[in-house]
Amino acid sequence: MNLKNWRQTFLLETNMTEKIQTQSTSAPCETCPVHNAANLLKLGVDMENWDFVVALAGNPNTGKSTVFNALTGLRQHTGNWPGKTVTRAEGGFEYGSNRYKIVDLPGTYSLLATSLDEEIARDFILFGQPDVSIVVVDATRLERNLNLVLQVMEITNRVVVCLNLMDEVRRHKLTVDDRRLARDLGVPVVPTSARFGQGMDLLLRAIHEVSIGETIGKPYRVRYESPALKHAVEQLVLQIEAAYPDLPNARWVALRLLDGDEKIAEAMQKGELGDLSHGNLAQRATQLQVIGNQ
Amino acid sequence: MNTQTPSPEDILNTAQSLRWEVGSDFHEHLMESMYTDAARIADRAVTRPDEKPRFDLDRTIDRLVTSRAFGFPLMLALLTLVFWLTIAGANVPSRWLSWLLLDTLQPILKGFGATIGLPWWINGLLFDGMYLATAWVISVMLPPMAIFFPLFTLLEDYGYLPRVAFNLDNMFRKVGAHGKQALSMTMGFGCNAAGVVATRVIDSPRERLIAIITNNFALCNGRWPTQILIATLFIGGLVPAQLAGLLSAMSVVVIAVLGVLFSFLVSWSLSRTVLRGEVSTFSLELPPYRPPRIWQTIYTSVIDRTLIVLWRAVTFALPAGAIIWLSANITFGGVSIAEYLINFLNPAGLLLGLNGVILVAYIVAIPANEIVIPTVLMLTVLVTGTSSMGAGAGVMFETQSKVEMITLLHAGGWTLLTAINLMLFSLLHNPCSTTIYTIYKETRSLKWTLISTLLPVVMGFVVTFFVAQVWRLVAGIL
Repeated sequence: MNLKNWRQTFLLETNMTEKIQTQSTSAPCETCPVHNAANLLKLGVDMENWDFVVALAGNPNTGKSTVFNALTGLRQHTGNWPGKTVTRAEGGFEYGSNRYKIVDLPGTYSLLATSLDEEIARDFILFGQPDVSIVVVDATRLERNLNLVLQVMEITNRVVVCLNLMDEVRRHKLTVDDRRLARDLGVPVVPTSARFGQGMDLLLRAIHEVSIGETIGKPYRVRYESPALKHAVEQLVLQIEAAYPDLPNARWVALRLLDGDEKIAEAMQKGELGDLSHGNLAQRATQLQVIGNQ
Repeated sequence: MNTQTPSPEDILNTAQSLRWEVGSDFHEHLMESMYTDAARIADRAVTRPDEKPRFDLDRTIDRLVTSRAFGFPLMLALLTLVFWLTIAGANVPSRWLSWLLLDTLQPILKGFGATIGLPWWINGLLFDGMYLATAWVISVMLPPMAIFFPLFTLLEDYGYLPRVAFNLDNMFRKVGAHGKQALSMTMGFGCNAAGVVATRVIDSPRERLIAIITNNFALCNGRWPTQILIATLFIGGLVPAQLAGLLSAMSVVVIAVLGVLFSFLVSWSLSRTVLRGEVSTFSLELPPYRPPRIWQTIYTSVIDRTLIVLWRAVTFALPAGAIIWLSANITFGGVSIAEYLINFLNPAGLLLGLNGVILVAYIVAIPANEIVIPTVLMLTVLVTGTSSMGAGAGVMFETQSKVEMITLLHAGGWTLLTAINLMLFSLLHNPCSTTIYTIYKETRSLKWTLISTLLPVVMGFVVTFFVAQVWRLVAGIL
């Protein structure tokens, strides 16, 4: 019997037991994150037939790889130093009845694409169009970390903020109000201590809700006070929206063009932005491939 | 504006003209508003218990471990402590393992082979060659690795390695290399192949090549056991027993530091000759100290590092054991292949303050540095004809006690010079085949792979030659 058949049989069986379980438990249990997290199936590097793509971004050394390992069951080497994730790691997990592919992006402070790391991270969030982008932030260094969150939220509204290192927050006797933060940012904020596996159930639930569209973020967008700039952005956004009606982030593209971003200008000329605008799944898959091969 | 859908060119042209409108300080304004907003949002969410600055333990520790005066001494002291714990702690389990695997199991296995009627040469090849080589590698390597790797991983988990990088950064910049080379070098202390892969953090190809070529000067875990064993036998033996462990640990640290100095020297010469160019800057964030998760660290370092390295050593020890046994037992005109080789290389070896046995061992050990010591001991048995030590030619040690080991090495003509030069040569020789292959994969260049392979070995010849000449000169005068 080949391994794949065996695996499918195994999965079928686990699905069946799940059904039996859900039959015997009452309805509120199914919506409880504790129940679902217990059914998390860590798939390691098995990423076939994924339903949703999750990107994992964050500043260096905020515990991204620890979150990645906790979700996939992989043991990617984690170390307490910035910049240890050199290449992009990918893994999979199954939660509820959906299969997720998760991509661990290099740690960056911004998405301005001034270095290779930033370019990889930005390209993936922009062209890979992940269903959810998790931004892992160091809760003890919130101010600096929020810069990246704001930048990611310019590109996509499918963001979940993973407020990590809450254990450090407690150790430093700080308090971080995650509800206030979620209100201000307009996206789900989940406090976690990934090193101790705390809060992963809530994180999974947030990922799930954003990917199936149950939660729709209304991200806070940075206000630019200068009237000249406001005028310029508005004018450009009008044109961009006329050319690419389905593009989710026309304002961000306008800002990048005004900033003289060669890469975005090039993407526009080559028609890559157009593909994003009416991106179907097949196209997106090949784009993922292309980025993956870089 | 026209009513048609604008083409990409239209949009780009509009953007181009609008850029003049928004002014050149647009980018700064953009960043400024983002920083202001981030600060405002963060400020609303975070409350501090008291606003006056409290005593910050992290900062105090940082000030100490990265200070000009104490940074390096503390680093050396910490390294010495780690080695001392390794040497002192590995002693007992090593003896216990060798008693079990070599003194007890090996005769049983051999006896069993004879009972079921195996021909003597199959029996010898299996149990005197392959089994013994493997058992030796396990009993010598497993205990120090099982202590060293968790300790090293704990330091890493705690956040000490970036401080090491911070201390070394300035020096790397001075020799024309990238500061991040300190990180890849630190990785190299675990495994050079991993260190070479870790150089990917360096963007500039010039600086990355320097980091790849010099990574071999970071002692890897295949070489730590050699260093530790030789230091324990020859250098620890110079002083009373209470001080032996400490002195051995310190001599290993000296070799490791020498490796770092060679790394600087080679980086400096490369960046001034074939790899000239600008030094790029980077910002290194000192991460907060985090209390290490002790059990998890021990678990992962045992599973991920110790067992993987041990497995590698074992897979190379099995065929190497067979080759050693065969070369010692296949004879032409009454002289075995191993003896031919040893006699051929002996004059060169003696000139370098080493001997033929060591050079042959380094040829056998190209696939994995881990098997240098087992090979050396077995070949020495062969040359000195100390047949009482083993049950025939090509048999590795059955007795593990240090006294017998050192007696054997003395009989093989070993002196303190041989020991010191072996430690130096272990630091300065070609990378193992895995690392060479990794270098080729990373550089995609035959030329740079060859340079990375040959440069250290040439340096090893030069250094050991000079040490031997000076040593003999001084010894002649005294």
